[in-house]
Amino acid sequence: MKRYSAASLFTEGFRGHTGWERAWRHPDPKPAYDVVIVGAGGHGLATAYYLDKEHGITNVAVVEKGWLGGGNTGRNTTVVRSNYLYPESAALYEKALQLYEGLSKDLNYNIMLSQRGMLEVAHSRHELEACAYWANAMRLNGIDSEVLTRDEVIALVPGINAGPGARYPVCGGYIQRRGGIARHDAVAWGYARAADARGVDIIQNCEVTGFRRDGAGTLVGVETTRGFIGAKKVALAVAGHSSVMAERAGFRLPVKSYALQAMVTEPVKPMLDTVVMSLATGVYMSQSDKGELVIGGGLDLYGSYAQRGNFPTIEKVVASAIELIPAIGRLKLMRTWAGIVDVTHDSSPIIDRAPVQGVYVNCGWGTGGFKAIPVGGYTLAHLLARDEPHPLAVPFSLRRFESGRLIDEAAASGIPH
Amino acid sequence: MLLITCPECGARPETEFVCGGETHITRPGPFAEVPADVWAGYLFHQANPRGKLRERWRHQAGCGLWFNLVRDTVTHEITSVYRMGDPKPEIA
Repeated sequence: MKRYSAASLFTEGFRGHTGWERAWRHPDPKPAYDVVIVGAGGHGLATAYYLDKEHGITNVAVVEKGWLGGGNTGRNTTVVRSNYLYPESAALYEKALQLYEGLSKDLNYNIMLSQRGMLEVAHSRHELEACAYWANAMRLNGIDSEVLTRDEVIALVPGINAGPGARYPVCGGYIQRRGGIARHDAVAWGYARAADARGVDIIQNCEVTGFRRDGAGTLVGVETTRGFIGAKKVALAVAGHSSVMAERAGFRLPVKSYALQAMVTEPVKPMLDTVVMSLATGVYMSQSDKGELVIGGGLDLYGSYAQRGNFPTIEKVVASAIELIPAIGRLKLMRTWAGIVDVTHDSSPIIDRAPVQGVYVNCGWGTGGFKAIPVGGYTLAHLLARDEPHPLAVPFSLRRFESGRLIDEAAASGIPH
Repeated sequence: MLLITCPECGARPETEFVCGGETHITRPGPFAEVPADVWAGYLFHQANPRGKLRERWRHQAGCGLWFNLVRDTVTHEITSVYRMGDPKPEIA
């Protein structure tokens, strides 16, 4: 892998940019691998990267039905944060944020992390109390947070609807200043390039259609649309399609797939330099480097694999956005889209061995998988390499649904669904 | 926008309804004798197919009654609507 640097950019500038290599290869599948990871999204690619970096396992393939980073990694609203309530979630997502903070350097790929702050607006006295409770819980978990007054919120979001006629008055809020946004595609591309450079085969347009076992029931590999691929271990990192893959492998997961929509407006001059989230109106927003306002809200509340949402949800989210910042009311909505998210009953992920031999799962991130990509890969790689969960992942077992030790993390989505 | 035909009120837009998830689920019991994995299956392991699914819906902004339907989770096509207690239709 040719390293990206100021010097290489300078040299290539003089050569007419003719010397850049492809960022990753397009290899044909080998007959067998130590580990096959299903799903070349952020979590799958990160798993492949950390398998070599942390555990020295390089005989790895990442197989992908579509194209790399084309699922939820390319469909989210790019927010990274670790403002969770419970110690288990706080530890997990804080590790993700810390890995994000060093990721551009680690991958030699600019993921354009912008720690512009993650602001939660309180619209009533009760919400302000909830915000203070939330912010204090974060502090106890060692994560930065700051309760803000009404004036501080208005100064941060100049266009916010705080006038006397506001349906949702602004009472204050809290902020995690280390939260922010990152370039979502760059996270997938950066992990792909770095994993490829370490010898990982990324095989796109290759759907896993089944699992092959020998007479004793031991996993020997996966059937794919490009033929059989041998594997000692198979990891599933397929988000909304986790139930489908689990069924092919012969088990059930406690997840439900929903469509989560997002949308962008036409680009405008810089007007919002933080991520603003409003619980009461049910919307959150940030401004991309191109100037588009990136807007997200709640789920379409029935099971879906459609990768597109329905209009009532768009209407609700847009109404909330305009309620929050009325000045954007005349902007055109440029694009809307949806990703299929795998939601668990406690809104917390599952990083565990599957109930069948040789299969490992990373799923259940629901509406908040992007921010967790580094830690999802890091802990799944640990589980694959050592056959025991990473300490951070121990609470996020499949067993918790039987023991009742749920981690009911309402903050996981940040939006009441 | 889904157009859902309530068995009592007729075709109405989806915003009048709430989805209650998989239908035809039987609560295992008596409670004291139900093993943890069976109870977890009842509570958490709902069917999540890519394709046709039997669901219960409630016409919240209309008659308020629960009913069942068969919906495809990819195309959202509703192929059958039936009342609570009606026999379970076969799905391909």
